Amino acid sequence: MKGNLRWKIPVILMVLITSLLYFLPSFSGVRDSSLAKIMPDKQVSLGLDLRGGIHLTLGVEVERAMERSLAQMGQDIRDQARQHNILILRPGVTDDTRLEFVLVQRDQQRELDRLIDREYSNLRVVSRTAEDEQRTRYILDFTSEYKEVIRDMTMDQAVKTIRNRIDQFGVAEPDIRRQQEDRIQVQLPGLDDPQRAIAIIGQTAHLEFKLVDEDADPQRAEQGIVPPGSRLYYQQVTLADGTTVDEPVVLRAETVMTGEYITNAHTAFDQYNQPYVAIAFDNRGSRIFERVTGENVRKRLAIVLDGNVYSTPVIQERISGGRASITGRFTVDEAHDLAVVLRAGSLPAPVFVMEERTVGPSLGQESIERGVRSAMIGGALVIIFMIFYFGFAGLIADIVLAFNVILIMAGLAGFGATLTLPGIAGIILTIGIAVDANVLIFERIREELRRGLSPRAAVEEGYNRATLTILDANVTTIIAAVILYQFGTGPIRGFAVTLTLGVLASMFTAIFVSRVLFDIWVSRRKPGTAFNI
Amino acid sequence: MGFQIIKPDTDYDFIGKRKYAYIISISLILIGLLSLGLKGGPKFGIDFAGGVIIQVKFEREVELPDLSSSLDETGLPALVVQRFGDRADHEFLLRTSAEDLTPSQVRETVENNLSQHFQDDHYTIQRLEMVGPRVGADLRENALEALFFAVLFIAIYISGRFEHKWFISAFMAAGLAGGVYILKLISIPLALLIFAAMVITIILSWYLRLNFALGAVLALIHDILITVGIFSLLNKEFDLSIVAALLTIIGYSLNDTIIVFDRIRENLRNKISSSLSKTINISINQTLGRTIVTSGTTLAVVLCLLFLGGGIIHDFAFALTVGIIVGTYSSIFVASPILLSFRPVVEEEGEEQEVLSPGRSKPKTA
Repeated sequence: MKGNLRWKIPVILMVLITSLLYFLPSFSGVRDSSLAKIMPDKQVSLGLDLRGGIHLTLGVEVERAMERSLAQMGQDIRDQARQHNILILRPGVTDDTRLEFVLVQRDQQRELDRLIDREYSNLRVVSRTAEDEQRTRYILDFTSEYKEVIRDMTMDQAVKTIRNRIDQFGVAEPDIRRQQEDRIQVQLPGLDDPQRAIAIIGQTAHLEFKLVDEDADPQRAEQGIVPPGSRLYYQQVTLADGTTVDEPVVLRAETVMTGEYITNAHTAFDQYNQPYVAIAFDNRGSRIFERVTGENVRKRLAIVLDGNVYSTPVIQERISGGRASITGRFTVDEAHDLAVVLRAGSLPAPVFVMEERTVGPSLGQESIERGVRSAMIGGALVIIFMIFYFGFAGLIADIVLAFNVILIMAGLAGFGATLTLPGIAGIILTIGIAVDANVLIFERIREELRRGLSPRAAVEEGYNRATLTILDANVTTIIAAVILYQFGTGPIRGFAVTLTLGVLASMFTAIFVSRVLFDIWVSRRKPGTAFNI
Repeated sequence: MGFQIIKPDTDYDFIGKRKYAYIISISLILIGLLSLGLKGGPKFGIDFAGGVIIQVKFEREVELPDLSSSLDETGLPALVVQRFGDRADHEFLLRTSAEDLTPSQVRETVENNLSQHFQDDHYTIQRLEMVGPRVGADLRENALEALFFAVLFIAIYISGRFEHKWFISAFMAAGLAGGVYILKLISIPLALLIFAAMVITIILSWYLRLNFALGAVLALIHDILITVGIFSLLNKEFDLSIVAALLTIIGYSLNDTIIVFDRIRENLRNKISSSLSKTINISINQTLGRTIVTSGTTLAVVLCLLFLGGGIIHDFAFALTVGIIVGTYSSIFVASPILLSFRPVVEEEGEEQEVLSPGRSKPKTA
């Protein structure tokens, strides 16, 4: 036996044992046994296409968050200016997300500019145009740095909010991450009610309290005649016969309070057993709510969620204690889901579903069964052929092939990668590549034998010459796989990971492990007997 | 000696048959391009085109026309119903563009309709996929970019590895990146950009005499064009998994090409023949056993996937099947002859006078 086998064999055994430790826990039988205690707590996780679940790409309308922020700034500037005796009219946000207002007296322009400069470093004045002899129209915009800040904050808060909501919904192993360009990817494995999950995730839950404009006529408002400072909304009302209609209602544009002070929300039932959502405010929210209700007794306060009016109760008295309720024609589930989204916080901007992939659990089960079965049959064909074609050397190839598959699975488990359907295809392809490496070596050994070399020299020469070729061939495959990973998404990435792992494993097994097996075989062979390959 | 498919003394004249191979290849590519042209480009699946697909499985057999006509009532835009997988699976794929509808609305509409018309046939919605138009466009761009970069990096690797022209290949990459950057500035469509980049790559490899890279890259483009053409002819759809398959084909075909090239390089170094065409022929013959065994075993596995793997993986396996056959063919009949064709030849003195020094070809003498 050659000297270097003394260290090569232990190395191989160590790799084999380590990979088995990572590979075996993927079988539930092993996981439940007492062996599991000494094994790493890792297993191959299955992709959504194999176990069912939802994959969502959500787009976040960051522009809307900017709009809101600008509108807030507009109110602030007006209040601040008033304190300095500067009069500003109609602050509002234009269609291209800019802040616009009118300065009433031109001679105050310098004063106003100084105020903006001092207090609002995040804003820059885009233009000042004369409206008439006295008035000047200002257009302002956020600085581009501040826009980035808002974008980042919005996205982070959106991710956090969605995570909170999903946690409340109770899904095992959700995966929520921010992606490029205002997108969020959500993966929810094994869910039976995708519709409801999407509804909960997607609801902005931007809760606002607005006063009803009692002087306005909703019918005239529908024809476009809305008093300045008010807006037309619709409220869903259930009629006596059970059908619902959208009833127009005119609200003051100003939001007297938002849902950001909510500390808790839960479902409750009134005396008619109708579900409603009870909400509680924090201290600051309680104070605001108390002031608002105190100032507007006998008026109607509209509860607006994501632009829809839920109810318009009349304020009977000043409400202290920081509690309020949202009533409406809820089903129990609807009330519960609304409570969930309110409790988890509102989304900073509306989100919309850009991509949805839902795979039912039964299809996942079927896919994996078929994928694994066809892979096994294909693998068996290759194994039989190799023994038939290369004899004992073919058996060596088969042994390293099995080793190869164990290494890939162990690698997937170890790196926490996900096995997807294309991933299974990747393993199958790897089998092809692994076999190729062996075929290259064996064919080369045959050639060298034909040239009259002794078996030992032929093996030596065959491995040496084939190794470079195998490296060249495999490096290019890895290049393709890395690019696939870089540009691919979801299952394609799974495929790329499997392919890379497979190529690396096949180089180790085909060049290193099979060489050792060959060396053992050649050294044990009686001199003079035929060398069959 | 074990069992052998290819006898050791096989001496098949591959190079001599290259004219036929060129005719076959060019006509296959032209037919494919013609089909693409007539159909107005590749037929994109929902990954790239956007839209909604719903996979429904019935417990009992349902006739396709019945299903179609009942779903027509829903008025879903551009609704197409087709059978999915084996007939015995009772599975159908519905697709619609549904631009103004959310996936939930589409699902609801379909469920209402099916419950109404197929009360006795129990069904389950197994899969619903919706890809919005923006995501679709992004995925399409990513896929094209992936294909392009794969070919580019492979060209660089081959030039460096086979001809020790790392510097030149790096120079080529820089030139290409610069060219692409400038083209991007004037914002031409991505597909056109990639086409331009491919042309630049080919011209640069030719000009810089990166013959191995040129052979390999042309073979790759050949494989992709033929596979895409066959997909177009058979009305198969392109989605993300097909791009994965195309990249795999690139990897596989290159694998094959490199093994032959490696042998050509070794034989050139050992000067086993004075003629380049003979050297190439001998090299192909020497590696033929390996090529057939490997392609055969890989094909066997992929065919198992194709016939037994189920509907979801079917098109992916089909692309691989076509790719493996085309890739094996191209490494023998396309890549190596190109190596021969672009090697500078002393005019009018025939092949025997070709410059043989690997990697350091002399300029043309007129």
